Amino acid sequence: MRLAYYPGCALHGSSNDYEQSLRACLGKLEVEPQEIQEWICCGATAAHALNHKLSIALPARNLALAEQQGFEDLLAPCPMCSMQLLKAAKLMDEDAGLRREISSVIEAEASGRVKVLNLIQVFQRVGLDRIKPVVKKPLADLKPACYYGCLLTRPPDVVKFDDPEQPSSMEAIMAVLGAKPVDWNYRTECCGAGMTMAKEETVLELSQRILADAQQHGANCLVTACPMCHVNLDMKQGDIERHSGERFGLPVYYLTDLVGLALGISAEELGIDRHFVKKV
Amino acid sequence: MVRCMAHQIVDAFATPTEITEPVKSPAPEKSSRTVLTEILAPMRWTDCYQCGKCTAGCPVAAAVDMAPNQVVRALQLGNFEKAMASDAIWACVSCQTCSTRCPQSVDCAGIMDALREVSLERGLASPAQKTVVAFQQAFLNNIRRNGRLDEIQLIAEFKLRALPSERSLRFLFKDAGLAPQLQIRQKLHLRGEKVKDRALVRRIFERCADGKNA
Repeated sequence: MRLAYYPGCALHGSSNDYEQSLRACLGKLEVEPQEIQEWICCGATAAHALNHKLSIALPARNLALAEQQGFEDLLAPCPMCSMQLLKAAKLMDEDAGLRREISSVIEAEASGRVKVLNLIQVFQRVGLDRIKPVVKKPLADLKPACYYGCLLTRPPDVVKFDDPEQPSSMEAIMAVLGAKPVDWNYRTECCGAGMTMAKEETVLELSQRILADAQQHGANCLVTACPMCHVNLDMKQGDIERHSGERFGLPVYYLTDLVGLALGISAEELGIDRHFVKKV
Repeated sequence: MVRCMAHQIVDAFATPTEITEPVKSPAPEKSSRTVLTEILAPMRWTDCYQCGKCTAGCPVAAAVDMAPNQVVRALQLGNFEKAMASDAIWACVSCQTCSTRCPQSVDCAGIMDALREVSLERGLASPAQKTVVAFQQAFLNNIRRNGRLDEIQLIAEFKLRALPSERSLRFLFKDAGLAPQLQIRQKLHLRGEKVKDRALVRRIFERCADGKNA
């Protein structure tokens, strides 16, 4: 599968364990994502909160680069990035004038040909029926709470993926790996996202509710496809425990960690040893 | 490492012309109300019938001065200034739950973005929210400079920008303890990545600026 790869800033920054995991896992499935040359930041919350035009231009530049570099499909593993890319594509599809305006802003044209995929969609493209026979180490002891967060499924008219209230695509992957995903309530609740530094209290409180609900429903770990969710639930878990006085000790895995483990890749190779909360 | 970090901080502030304060256009031709009305046009705010579903699902509604349905109501009552000066618009985590669930297709999360953008442009943002504003501005400055996020530069610029409102050394050094933790996990990058064509990135920002926050 020829696939453009838009890592986004997080996967090349403090969430580089996600990139390590993703490359190891997808490599095993013979998917070799190729990084888009000269990609720029999607602008994330800062752009859409402060400057609407910039929040279209920055992702549009990346879509145009992927197109120029001959790709038809683009993997954006960070849901913030993939949502911003999809939103820019949608707004330009709906408004030819806007496409012209943005094209002159970014000195390139994004025609709308490139299809943006999130990580789950790449696994679906590979085919769960093709993953099942190559599972070497079924994750029978694992009871993950599949955590989608906000932007994998929202806004639904932009991302057009799964059910925004009761998603099930990650659970389907877990079932193929032999894990037993728990039924729980907070799978699409927000963890506080990019407020980790600017409003830490928000993150401590929202993420506490997510960890508590996962624990109450019998989960022994969480699985996510979002680097920001991972930071808030894994790196901040100690702070959350000190803030709320509860003890969770719940490891938080990237989706590619669990697929990778089941395919027989070692925890070290996937970068799981670089997470904050260790498996008990 | 200390020298390197100091260098990063100096680097982040070496070119003061790049540091953007909220742009107050000298004599705005259009009132903030007119500008907002134009931006809000596709967001169907007049269709809101106050069912409160947005607020029921909002993860931060309980902790803010105005719940999402109250922000939309303020607009309907013509009280744009109150909405723009609210703390709520900066506490919003952009999770999109409100817009997703609205039975009238009001794009409440889009309304929050529009209110943030115009309130900052016109200098109407709540002073109590300076820390959040400082973070978002530091983030955009960083992207304009490098094309990609440099986490250490972001933290340094954010802390220095927010220090006047936070006024505590605790705030300044609160996250410093994380550095060694990140270091052992090879998650700390003293120098962030930069794209080659940074002049292009600056041109994109300039073209989007247009007297606005960029």
